[in-house]
Amino acid sequence: MTMFLAILFYLAFVIFVAGVAYKIYDFARTPAPLSIPTTPAPTTKGGVALRMAREVVFFESLFKSNLWIWLFGWLFHMALLLVLIRHLRYFTEPVWNWVVILQPFGLYAGFAMAAGLAGLWVRRILVERIRYISTPSDHLMLVLLLLIALSGLGIKFFMHTDITAVKVFFLGLMMFDIQPLPSHIGLYVHLLLVALLMIIFPFSKLLHAPGVFFSPTRNQADNPREVRHLAPWAAQIEKN
Amino acid sequence: MADQAFKIPEYREFPTIPALVPGAMAHSKPYVANEKIQAEMGFPGQLVDNWEEKAIEKFGELLGKYRSLKVFMDSCVHCGACTDKCHYFISTGDPKNMPVARQDLMRSVYRRYFTLPGKLFPSLVGARDLTKEVLDEWFSYFWQCSECRRCSVFCPYGIDTAEVTMAARHIMDSVGYGQKYSNEIILKLNKIGNNLGLPGPALENTLEGLEEDVKDDTGVDVKYPLNVKGAEVLLVTPSADFFAEPHIESLIGYGKVFHAAGISWTLSSYASEAGNFGLFNGSYEHMREVALRVRKAALELGVKRIVVGECGHAWRVAYAFWNTLSGLGAGAKDPFAIELQNQLDPRHMQPSHICEFTWDLIQQGRLKFDKEKNDHRIITFHDSCNVARASRMGNYPGGQFEIPRNVIKAVANNYVDMAPDTICESTFCCGGGGGVLTDDLIELRVKGAFPRMEALKQVADGQGVNFMATICAICKAQFSKVLPYYGFDMRLVGGVHQLVSTAIRLGDEQ
Repeated sequence: MTMFLAILFYLAFVIFVAGVAYKIYDFARTPAPLSIPTTPAPTTKGGVALRMAREVVFFESLFKSNLWIWLFGWLFHMALLLVLIRHLRYFTEPVWNWVVILQPFGLYAGFAMAAGLAGLWVRRILVERIRYISTPSDHLMLVLLLLIALSGLGIKFFMHTDITAVKVFFLGLMMFDIQPLPSHIGLYVHLLLVALLMIIFPFSKLLHAPGVFFSPTRNQADNPREVRHLAPWAAQIEKN
Repeated sequence: MADQAFKIPEYREFPTIPALVPGAMAHSKPYVANEKIQAEMGFPGQLVDNWEEKAIEKFGELLGKYRSLKVFMDSCVHCGACTDKCHYFISTGDPKNMPVARQDLMRSVYRRYFTLPGKLFPSLVGARDLTKEVLDEWFSYFWQCSECRRCSVFCPYGIDTAEVTMAARHIMDSVGYGQKYSNEIILKLNKIGNNLGLPGPALENTLEGLEEDVKDDTGVDVKYPLNVKGAEVLLVTPSADFFAEPHIESLIGYGKVFHAAGISWTLSSYASEAGNFGLFNGSYEHMREVALRVRKAALELGVKRIVVGECGHAWRVAYAFWNTLSGLGAGAKDPFAIELQNQLDPRHMQPSHICEFTWDLIQQGRLKFDKEKNDHRIITFHDSCNVARASRMGNYPGGQFEIPRNVIKAVANNYVDMAPDTICESTFCCGGGGGVLTDDLIELRVKGAFPRMEALKQVADGQGVNFMATICAICKAQFSKVLPYYGFDMRLVGGVHQLVSTAIRLGDEQ
């Protein structure tokens, strides 16, 4: 199982990084031929950075739209961030100081993350409009994330594993020196699901994470009278 | 209004999100453009034999040309934030009028042909083949979107259904499945110079008649000049302003503003249209063709400033796209654009909105008003979607909300706003924008106006509002038509410069 998971993680890592990098390249190379920020929009690049920061950190548009979705969605994402930060301790030696400071919060964030996901799923099932637009993959994605959160919490709080050995495994993995992983069903489930998540990331709606930064309605400055926006293919038309 | 074959939405005591009524608007579709129209537009005359292949090919091309489309296809997480934001959904309950579901008509096809999971497990990710049924569904529901961008305000990724609708319409056009109304209008503009097909001599007569009317009314010789070389300002305005009610009242108002300020101006018969339906169909080339007319007219007439009249989507195209399409603005490097840049007065925003123009003059103290002449009116302002969410006025974000209101408050004493979640960036579309202002879609138009009508009803009953000012030719035409369905007088709608016209002192009388 150690070997299987080691290979799986190498594979998942490559697919995740290469896939997301390709999508980012793909978004970046596609021109935005017209100035289409949703107005009122900032008129400067600095203003755009601020708007984007509000969007990514506070989910500003979602807040305007629907408080329930905002509450669960924001809770889930912020908790996920803390959980990910906490997990850095399994990949660094010595553990970075700021991770040490934040890691107790990451512990409880696991519960918040599960709660946020559960809230989103309940809405997906109970709110008629959202149920209508949901595909099977929308439900499965929430199930996957929820199982990752629950299995992680399970390992921590109910059926301990030798976490030091897990850390040795991952540090070894990073040095191409594969070390034995504790035999632990909860751990296996957790790691398998995380690898699965990494593999489907570049092919799924999880692309909203890089996508938001490339969204022309949010990342363009409102300056069309001052600056000319011309896509290469549009410039070609002018020559004809 | 007893003869219509559909039910008008009823005012609600407590507005709630409607329950879903699947298929409620599935029957709604506009007339299909005939072979002649399509051919003149450079599109196939009717649905081509290998339309599926061609449509997917076009889809792929657009995904490579428009980052918006690509990012929007990939990024939606089906969170549901937009589901209750569309005026057509609120008034019909048809789930396919929820912005996300409208996008999914196209996203399902995207997933099937352009993504790995959609190719492998279509039903898992909601991917669909592009069948004739799906294409017909596109034709129905992408012509139930007014491209108003209200959904894009509320989307956490800024996904703008208007961009998706435009792409879908462009694909349909390119396989021979065009919409009669919009395509006909683009052709008229290209042939004659305006959407209404009003030729130069007719325009001249109309303007002369207008001068006589204004003279009778005010005793002052206010001019409505056409094709005057060397005028300071070229006014480009929607052609509806030339004869439709209440549009013409605003045209009268523009003329009075120029007169009172002593600024020479002209209209152009060649560019006698501010509207640009190329926008609605997502056709960059058609949009550009229309925009180039304005540049040509400006160069020929040698004007120093270009001002755009009251029209929502026209202002979007002028403000946000003219620079890109025709170099009318700063930064273009082709010879015609450079000539134009040298010719235009750099002290002014180019182009300017007529409200920016008038507000500037008011601030400079160059216009005087008898505000009490508007005292019989209790006025509210309907923000037009393209002005509100796709453009700006003045030099700060949000100027597009303040400046028209400032102008109204400068010329009238009684002003009230409608409910905050129905104005400014959250404004509701009139229901007739984006290429659906045609009688074959009257049911859609009447229903689509419902959220605005509810907000209007509130201030009409509560504060006695009897005039809804707006700065869009489509809004004016649409409201004139649908207001009676909701128990209002059609004359309740009018332009901002109609109010200016009522109160302005022409100067000569002093």
